[in-house]
Amino acid sequence: MNWFSLFLDPNTQWILMGSMLLGLSSGVIGSFAYLRKQSLMGDALSHAALPGVCLAYMLTGTKSIFFFLIGAIIAGILATAAIGYITRNSRIKQDSALGIILTVFFGVGIVLLTQIQHSNSGNQSGLDKFLFGHAASMVKLDVYTIAGISAVLVVLCFLFFKEFKLLSFDPGFAKGIGLPTILLDQFMMLLIVTAVVIGIQAVGVVLMAALLITPAVAARYWTEKLHVMVILAGLFGAFSGFVGTVVSSMVNNLPTGPLIVLSATVLFIISVLAAPNRGVLAKTRLRVSAKSEYQPLTNQRVKEKSL
Amino acid sequence: MAFPLTVNNLTVAYQKKPVLEDISFRVPEGKLIGIIGPNGAGKSTLIKAILELIPSITGDVAIFGESYKKTRKRVGYVPQRESVDWDFPTDALDVVMMGRYGHLGWFKRPDKKDKAHAMECLDQVGMSQYAHRQISQLSGGQQQRVFLARALAQDAEIYFMDEPFVGVDAATEKAIIALLMKLKSQGKTVLVVHHDLNTVKEYFDWIMLLNVKLIGIGPTEKLFTKDYLQKTYGGSLTMLDSNTSPIIVSPR
Amino acid sequence: MNHFWIILIGALVGSSCSILGCFLVLRKMSMIGDAISHSVLPGIVIAFLISGSRESLVMMFGAAAIGLVTVFLIQMFQNSGVQADASIGVVFTALFAVGVVLISLYTRQVDLDLDCVLYGEIAYAPWDMLHFGGTSIGPKAVWGVGASFLLNILVISLFYKQFKISTFDPALAASLGIPVVFFHYLLMSLVSISTVASFESVGAILVVGMIIVPAATAYLLTDKLSRMIMISIILSIVSSLLGYYVAYLLDASISGTMVAVTGVLFLVALFFSPKHGVLIKKWSRRKLLQQN
Repeated sequence: MNWFSLFLDPNTQWILMGSMLLGLSSGVIGSFAYLRKQSLMGDALSHAALPGVCLAYMLTGTKSIFFFLIGAIIAGILATAAIGYITRNSRIKQDSALGIILTVFFGVGIVLLTQIQHSNSGNQSGLDKFLFGHAASMVKLDVYTIAGISAVLVVLCFLFFKEFKLLSFDPGFAKGIGLPTILLDQFMMLLIVTAVVIGIQAVGVVLMAALLITPAVAARYWTEKLHVMVILAGLFGAFSGFVGTVVSSMVNNLPTGPLIVLSATVLFIISVLAAPNRGVLAKTRLRVSAKSEYQPLTNQRVKEKSL
Repeated sequence: MAFPLTVNNLTVAYQKKPVLEDISFRVPEGKLIGIIGPNGAGKSTLIKAILELIPSITGDVAIFGESYKKTRKRVGYVPQRESVDWDFPTDALDVVMMGRYGHLGWFKRPDKKDKAHAMECLDQVGMSQYAHRQISQLSGGQQQRVFLARALAQDAEIYFMDEPFVGVDAATEKAIIALLMKLKSQGKTVLVVHHDLNTVKEYFDWIMLLNVKLIGIGPTEKLFTKDYLQKTYGGSLTMLDSNTSPIIVSPR
Repeated sequence: MNHFWIILIGALVGSSCSILGCFLVLRKMSMIGDAISHSVLPGIVIAFLISGSRESLVMMFGAAAIGLVTVFLIQMFQNSGVQADASIGVVFTALFAVGVVLISLYTRQVDLDLDCVLYGEIAYAPWDMLHFGGTSIGPKAVWGVGASFLLNILVISLFYKQFKISTFDPALAASLGIPVVFFHYLLMSLVSISTVASFESVGAILVVGMIIVPAATAYLLTDKLSRMIMISIILSIVSSLLGYYVAYLLDASISGTMVAVTGVLFLVALFFSPKHGVLIKKWSRRKLLQQN
């Protein structure tokens, strides 16, 4: 298969469109999660979504993204509520609470998943693809849904940009001026869960977190302005989605999820090295100049003393 | 006889911004010294740099004429109380025992003698009845006393204390200062990062004025003047002179 | 007999992970445990590709080295200004992705099933017996995980003092001349080795679960570090026993069920712990109100 025929194939075009929009929306949402220091929340939520998705399948018997979404949202709300409850009511700290909820929910999810697989319909369901994702196995309706929901997510982020910005930067002040912070908080969580659920099919449960975190962190390196960062993160995400899907459809047997994640990682590494001001190269130059500034000073003093 | 502490040309910088610039001073034996300066003056940083907890760009530090690595056992350190997690599963006595770890070396475990010594130190700060209480169940003042007892357990000759008076009750503050005076009378050298200008004259016989650069170090009566303080704090200091003692509205 | 082996493997993995977990939980580094247990995957795959087998001890340490690389990278990005949890997220997902791609590329050479990476094949572990002089001396997994358990016990009890103080008050520890950074990386090496040793038989999910959950549960039950470690070991053994039994009844994933059981035990401790339980706190608050 060569590049050209790849792009002519309408099916591939749709899948490409889907994973690019997915990357775009999770990059945008991930930016806010990053600024709110909740990057690993995405990790926890994507793991916690598994039992919700499995239950939705078990109850309805269909592989419908809408039922999955409902299941995952319920699981996500339960997970965030549980994390909050544990940190507020015990000496367990945030990181352990996150870890506990992540592993226990995922463990329950695995139990349900094996139950589904053992009941013979499991293998046709494609649920086993959920762990690592496989974009090529998506049907047209899935892609339509992913594209549609991603677009909605991006529009919502655009509409609530001002509120999210304030909530991320100074939640105390946001509350002071009368913003419904708890509601906004839940709303943002809802957006993250939604992004996770539409991402599961393409990227898988385990690596979905990367799509929320990596483009955002990479974008942070390039700018000090929130709106630039959000746009950049979205672009990085979309680019990763594009490259990952193309490579995955050209090489046989490669799951899409890890490739999208690796593309994002490459962008991240480039950002770490080359970004102006924050990048490693720029910083090394700065440190060398700082050191040389103080060196002559002390040398001079030593000379004065010896005189 | 070597000075307990000699610092030469010490400079510390984060990225490009200097936090401490070219600090040089010497401290004589048996003094209780308050380190004073505005927020961000580098007071804690100075202690951390002396104890090699953070890297310095230039400068050298000698404790009793030798490098810190060689004189570790003669040094006691009290970090800021907020720097640790008080939910840690341990009791007060156990925390004090940690002060002995430096003397124990790599593989030896604390024995009965160390335990008795730790108990004695707790007693000195008036905390022996709380020896087996979980540390999160102690009040702020009590926690600070435990930290002080731990420093006593180190059996040091020079002590560095990072804001021991922050967030403690009046009784504890009195107990702490009594203890510091006692250490001084035993010929030990104590450096204390301090915030409350109102108590400086009462507590310290020497002070060090710091604001990124060293403004001055010496006897309190010589340095604790309007001129020097204004030099240290800049325009942000308000002083209300009364005849008997200066009341200072601390800049915060 | 197989029941016994499976429970034993689960209990050994649990004990070996929860000892380390106590320190990770107290250092607020639970998620680093999560990260390491995912990111050793490429190490294991590469070791597999080079040695062609899973037995080589040298290869195991090689794979464990990836765990240290993970910690180092996380620290490096953090120092360059990336938030702590984001830098964890970036590093472990990237390495895990590399591992998954490698497995998919070399499916024929690497005898690792992708799903097993996550939830293991503990049910088959007893079949893979180790032979010594012609007689079978038990499943390989028991020996591998058992060895890492002994290693952890040995290192932690030898340096208990140092691990304790550098966890509670790293600044004082450093000022006393204890090489805090060295012990940090020593702990991380132990986490990596335990992960690699357990990975194949039980999968990442059980490793992470056993690192975090029993330790956190024990944290709610006692105010003494040594006791916290003992309790967490007991909890992990109980979890693997109960977990296996429930999994057997439900015919479900054994690793998944064991983790779910640790979760149930945590929930019980959260509410009913005699010292720090939610109910006891509520009750004593009410009593206080009545007195006033």
